[in-house]
Formats: sequence, structure tokens, C-alpha cells
Amino acid sequence: MTMVPLTYLMALSAAIFAIGVVGFLTRRNILVMFMSIELMLNAVNLAFISLGSRLGSMDGQVIVFFVMTVAAAEAAVGLGIIITIFRNRETVHADDLTLLRW
Amino acid sequence: MPMGLFWFLAALSVLSALGVVLQRNPLHCLLSLVLTLLTIAVLFIGQDAVVVGFLQAIVYAGAIMVLFLFVIWLLNVPVETRPTGHLAFKFFGMIAVAALLAELAVFVLPPHLKVKYSGHPAGYGSIEALAQSLFSDYLIAFEITSILLLVAVIGAVALARRSSEIEIKERAQDAARVEKAA
Repeated sequence: MTMVPLTYLMALSAAIFAIGVVGFLTRRNILVMFMSIELMLNAVNLAFISLGSRLGSMDGQVIVFFVMTVAAAEAAVGLGIIITIFRNRETVHADDLTLLRW
Repeated sequence: MPMGLFWFLAALSVLSALGVVLQRNPLHCLLSLVLTLLTIAVLFIGQDAVVVGFLQAIVYAGAIMVLFLFVIWLLNVPVETRPTGHLAFKFFGMIAVAALLAELAVFVLPPHLKVKYSGHPAGYGSIEALAQSLFSDYLIAFEITSILLLVAVIGAVALARRSSEIEIKERAQDAARVEKAA
């Protein structure tokens, strides 16, 4: 059984994380910004699993388990906030929400 | 995991991640995200993290993404017809991302990342091994997670519930005040 070099896996993780950051900074649709956060979370999960696999330790997998739980909680609350914003302002565009900006 | 499979999955995950960022229709973005999550799940399973890989496919790509899909349909989010956001913001964002990538490359590339592979112990990645860790070393964190989920459920219900008439009236007054100020 061949092992994929750790460097490749970490580079893939870094690439997906960077794409997530680009999406968060360039897109203004709140839902797509939210999806970019999920991309970043998953890139970090991949790094945890890869390093844990190389070290022969279960700790990485447990942390990924916790990240998934936090992502579920985040999705529930975040989408609740988005629905509330949409109900009050009829928009999902981040630049339209300027009430607290001067 | 064979190298050919890894290259296939790597290309697929990067392309679908780009799809999340580049597509105009939020629904297409979401489907690209699901594809990314599934390829990452296969990468997990290929590294003997079998339980977490299946959890990723079922819970993440399944349940959480259905929540997103539900919200997109509920809000009837329009397709973007033109690029949005400030150009300066994008410009400086790209510079920041380039700096971030350079920094990550320093950590990831060979001279720094030295981990010796010592083989997986028996039962690595099985549900027994995961539970052993979860209910011994990480027991307190696991219990706190249950509180986190409870708070999230209560918060989501409180946020998304229908407002009472008094609140609706107050909100209308607030909106009128904002419009007068603007």
C-alpha cells in the first residue's frame, strides 16, 4: 500500500483553504461567503486527518469530529441569522447591510 | 491510497472548490461544495480515517448541505448577473491571500515538515478507537459539545421564530426612524 507524501496532502489542504479565503473576501452574497467558511473548515480537517494518519494518532480524528459538530452548530445559527436578515431587509447582499456603518 | 486516485481526487476537489467561489448561481455553488466535501471524505477514508470519512459524507455533505439547500430555496436567492463588491477590496484580498499562501508554503514544503511515518496501530480509524479517545481523553470536550449543540438549537429557534405583534410594530418604527435619518 503506497502512502501519498504528506507534503502533497498539506499542499492540497493549503490550496483549498486559500480558495476559501478568496471566496470569503471577493463574494458579497452572504450564503456564498458562508459556503467559503465551510471550505476553509474542511481544508483544516484534511490537514488534521493527514497529520494524524502519519503520526498514527487518533487525536486528529477526534478533533475533526469536534470541528464537524461546531460546523453543524454554526450552520444552524448562521442560517437562522441569514433568514432573519432576509425577513427584515429582503437582501442577501453583504454590502446592503450598512446600518452599523458610518 | 494509490497515487493516481490521489491526483484525481486532488484535481476534483480543487476544481469544485473553485466552482464554489466562481459560479454566479448560489445553487451551483452549493452543489460544487457538496462535491468538494465528498472528495475530501474519500481522502479521509483513503488514509484509514474510515469512521470520520463516512461521518463527513453523511453528516456534512448530507445533513448540513441540505440545510443550506433548504435556505437557498426558502429565500429564493437570485442569480448574480454582474460581479459585485468593491474592486479595491478584491485587489487587497488577493494580496492577502498570496501572502497567506506563501506563509503556508513555508510550513508545508519539505525542509520544515518532518513527520516520521511509523505505521498505523491495529484498529486505527475504527469506531472503537475513536470512541476510546472520545470518552477518555476528550470526555470533557465531548460533554461541552452537547451544551454547544443545545445552545445552538435554542438560538436557531429563537432567531427564526415569527415575531410577536409588538416586535413587528417596534421594528416598523425603527425602520421609519432610519429612513428619516438617511
